[in-house]
Amino acid sequence: MINKTVKDANEAVRDIASGAFLMMGGFGLSGIPENCISALLHRDIKDLTIVSNNAGVDDFGIGLLLQKRMVKKMISSYVGENAEFERQLLSGELEVDLIPQGTLAERVRAGGAGIPAFFTPAGVGTEVAEGKEIREFDGKLYLMERWLRSDFSLVKAWKGDTAGNLIFKGTARNFNPMMAAAGKITIAEVEELVPAGELDPNQIHTPGIYVQRIFEGKNYEKRIEQRTVRS
Amino acid sequence: MLTKQQIAQRIAKEVKNGQYINLGIGIPTLVANYISEDLEIVLQSENGLLGIGPFPTEEQIDPDLINAGKQTITMVKGSVLFNSAESFAMIRGGHVHLTILGAMEVSENGDIANWKIPGKMVKGMGGAMDLVASAENIIVAMQHCSRSGESKLLKSCSLPITGIRCVKKIVTDMAVLEIDPEGGFILKERAPGVSVEDIKSKTEGKIIVNGEIPEMEF
Repeated sequence: MINKTVKDANEAVRDIASGAFLMMGGFGLSGIPENCISALLHRDIKDLTIVSNNAGVDDFGIGLLLQKRMVKKMISSYVGENAEFERQLLSGELEVDLIPQGTLAERVRAGGAGIPAFFTPAGVGTEVAEGKEIREFDGKLYLMERWLRSDFSLVKAWKGDTAGNLIFKGTARNFNPMMAAAGKITIAEVEELVPAGELDPNQIHTPGIYVQRIFEGKNYEKRIEQRTVRS
Repeated sequence: MLTKQQIAQRIAKEVKNGQYINLGIGIPTLVANYISEDLEIVLQSENGLLGIGPFPTEEQIDPDLINAGKQTITMVKGSVLFNSAESFAMIRGGHVHLTILGAMEVSENGDIANWKIPGKMVKGMGGAMDLVASAENIIVAMQHCSRSGESKLLKSCSLPITGIRCVKKIVTDMAVLEIDPEGGFILKERAPGVSVEDIKSKTEGKIIVNGEIPEMEF
């Protein structure tokens, strides 16, 4: 079996250059590639474009990359939890494409699946539809959206094996599987890395064919944004 | 005038046995507290879960298990987890029966605005545009008027819209209204102590009143 293992996050992100088009898995702070983000902070690069559903918070996740002015453009569905983000957006330092969440997920899925465009009802009649082709199918209006593909996709899984097969846990799965498939180079960081053959093939969510590099991450903080308990 | 909890309580009466339901953030989340225990329903979380359970105890907290509002949650028996593309496939594919969400404005033809205030709030639409473009039944929970007393039930939305001709029913702090497919807010129920005249005067869009309008029951 092909061995995709690299030593650590630094080795995994070693060739991500300024201007790269990246995807990062996660919903809020759940399922984000914490180790890869930390490693990127030590690289002297800028002008990154990042596809990610959210943009982290001020002092965690993608927010850390924003603090260091490494990001040129965000492609996201909801970015509301980040004051530095808002400042850079209003001052014009940062470009943002806001995309309906289902459209974002499907554009990434389409990228990995070799579908260059598709029609969706989301956004018809709104400013999202501006400049897009509208067509009627069976009496309802739809707009055309294009695929998204990345230079590097950074994903986070619960368990993985040396062949790059991945298993996610809970709602930390979110955008990670589609982003893994949509990356020219996909880097997977996992909480537990096992030799090929130890994961049950019936239980694998993302086949290793989509993953070029894998490593076992460390010191996962898994910060909770809205800690809510039963009263 | 209803409290937020009472709006949620009234909307909970719209829920039917066997429904898969997506609840938005804010008042819609509160609806879960009032759904009758006699009903078998499943709550969908757009970040990849069918079967949202109650909030966890301290011991049960799992950072890998959150809802669309990023709150920690639990799963009920029979839950299933999936990715975001699958989640929106079930939304756009019409498999979710009922969507309950908040709004800043609704127009008399059923347009909804709830994602952006130009120059003020530009956080993004999240999953709202996919939900309103797809759900067969959309109920809106909202305040009838702004803090300064301006009607939020309008002839046409002044804010950037989230979706067109999609709202079916609205529950506000003053009334329950349905959207007439021909255009107009059909008054169905009034909040206890609120008169038809009060509601008319606080509704900018066309309002349709047929016969006696009953008070809401909870």
